Amino acid sequence: MSTLKIDAPRTGSAYLRVLADRRLPILVTAALLIVMYSYGSYRYSFDIQVAPNLFINNSYLIVAAVGATFVILTGGIDLSIGSLVGFSTVLTGLLVTQNHVPFALAAPVVLVAGAFGGFLMGCMIQYFRVQPFIATLAGLFLFRGLSLMLSKESIPINDDTVAAIAQFHITLPGDAFLSVGAAVGLVVVIIAAVVLHATRFGRRVYAIGGNEQSALLMGLPVARTKIAVYTLSGFCSALAGLVFVLYIQSGDPRAAIGMELDAIAAVVIGGTLLTGGAGYVVGSLLGVLVIGLIKTMISDEGTLSSWWIKIGTGALLLLFIGLQRTVGARRR
Amino acid sequence: MTSTLADIRARDWRALTRRQLFWPTVILVALLVFNLPFTPNFFNIGLRNGHLFGSLISILYFGTVPILVALGMTLVIATKGIDLSVGAVMAISGAVACRVISDATDQNSMSVVFTAMALALLAAVAAGLFNGFMVAVAGVQPIIATLILLVAGRGVAQLITKGFILTELSQPYAVIGGYAFTVPTGVFIVVGFVAFTALLTRRTALGLLIESVGGNAEASRLAGVRSRRIKMMVYVFCALCAGVAGLWNSSSLGGADANNAGLWIELDAILAVVIGGTPLTGGRFSIGGTVIGALILQTLKTTIFTIGIPAQANMVFEAAVVIIICLLQSPAFRARVVALGRRGRPSPGPQESVEPAAPATVEVAP
Repeated sequence: MSTLKIDAPRTGSAYLRVLADRRLPILVTAALLIVMYSYGSYRYSFDIQVAPNLFINNSYLIVAAVGATFVILTGGIDLSIGSLVGFSTVLTGLLVTQNHVPFALAAPVVLVAGAFGGFLMGCMIQYFRVQPFIATLAGLFLFRGLSLMLSKESIPINDDTVAAIAQFHITLPGDAFLSVGAAVGLVVVIIAAVVLHATRFGRRVYAIGGNEQSALLMGLPVARTKIAVYTLSGFCSALAGLVFVLYIQSGDPRAAIGMELDAIAAVVIGGTLLTGGAGYVVGSLLGVLVIGLIKTMISDEGTLSSWWIKIGTGALLLLFIGLQRTVGARRR
Repeated sequence: MTSTLADIRARDWRALTRRQLFWPTVILVALLVFNLPFTPNFFNIGLRNGHLFGSLISILYFGTVPILVALGMTLVIATKGIDLSVGAVMAISGAVACRVISDATDQNSMSVVFTAMALALLAAVAAGLFNGFMVAVAGVQPIIATLILLVAGRGVAQLITKGFILTELSQPYAVIGGYAFTVPTGVFIVVGFVAFTALLTRRTALGLLIESVGGNAEASRLAGVRSRRIKMMVYVFCALCAGVAGLWNSSSLGGADANNAGLWIELDAILAVVIGGTPLTGGRFSIGGTVIGALILQTLKTTIFTIGIPAQANMVFEAAVVIIICLLQSPAFRARVVALGRRGRPSPGPQESVEPAAPATVEVAP
């Protein structure tokens, strides 16, 4: 049924041409975000800080979702994100609090550790043909286990540098402010968008997601790119861990349990296809903001219990998947 | 041509190691034997309080949930699908059953217990129908389609329990997660489900149809297989298995915990299926392998507990074993190890010389 429609947009009406636009899912997400935000401003009288707070409270998720976007664009999946975030917070706590390593030195170590973890999973996937789902699942167990081995309890981080960075406010016009974490998130999104659309590496990522066999036959360095993508995701998870440290100011081995699902949900809501090959990193940012806005609205409502967040996120996923079907059915 | 006895033995050995169940069985036996030096009475089975007792029994007892869930998952994975929502379905089913029982005036009444079970399984089937509809009719990728219920399902379960841990004291209900005729009731449930599934899929054409849908859904549809109906069916069956597992879980705990019932069971189940030799790419499945895979995971957990690995190291140990098992099962890895071993010898076998690690599957666009 779907194959028959493939050529329709070229010859069809303007309506079909709009449906055929691969930017449609992202536009729909943006529209939904605006509608939800307007409704929220009307109902809960949002003040000016609500929008920056969306970025501040979800900064770590933004960073992690960027890494997940790269992996998903190649048609893979990374389940180790939450564990790696937890591991990074513990490693930071261990280095900074217990070994008195300056934060400026500890941060690169954590980033390298995360990237190396992603690299190992990438090698398992590429060279030993272990399915991404299983390899990163092993990573999920391994890094959560390692962080519990490093420390059973949460390690408080009372470092001056960390406190200074965490409390630093970037003032915006109109008395609003951004935290350093939120700024990092935005910078990561911008860099990722540039890398995806203006570099050879970015084109390879899309090519592999579109069709790995063709990419290989075209002579693209598939192995290198795939491993790089998992390394990048590991790096982003570690960076998300550092941002999370700024947020909670401790190293918690149980931090961010299940965060990979939030990240994947954000990527899906942002319009990236899980089969790979199509999607935008800005979409993932919008996806994170939509999920964040649901949380804000449900907590502002006051009378609704916390489980409505889960049901709301699920319903939203359903809505977006439905939307993607009307658009994506044509493309498959 | 002098075909010596050693050659024949080598050939037999190679044929044996290529059997699908060979490696999983070896790993399971190795794990069981590994326990012996640490727990000398590991293989002892005794009678205590009128029911069987021992390490092996406890593996079977706690293996009920993973085996049941992995059984349903096997069929889903055989159709090239995946079901992430099983843990949430377990939570919903347990929540429904406990809600009905704890609201009843007489918790010990058989009719109440049966109503509770029926409603719980009905809820599970409804969840399965939703998953099946999303995958088979709406054509959504399985991993996303079931992600919806994974996220929302636990919220629904909490809605049913109103956020509390619902406890019930029904004696007939406790039998499900307890013991019947000195044997854990779970064993009967598991044996029943496994035998039923194995008979249905291997003694009728159903198994073949499932495999053909997993191999190529479009081609099998063109060949006259009702692939939508088959997909729908496997998701409903998977949810039903998860529902029964949810009943067992809530019964053995004596209550429903919407937050923690079946938490991460989807990962364990998928792992069990893969360890059992069913590839995630679909197209073939092994029920025996899945049962062994789930038993391996359960034995691993028991082993970690009995040999006294500190609790914090649990997950690292588990991860290490999982990685080893996955690598052992990876043909690419085995080929590399074999190639490494052969480097010293004069002439390698000509038929598997150049690229034994080449991916055998070429993606066929649906």
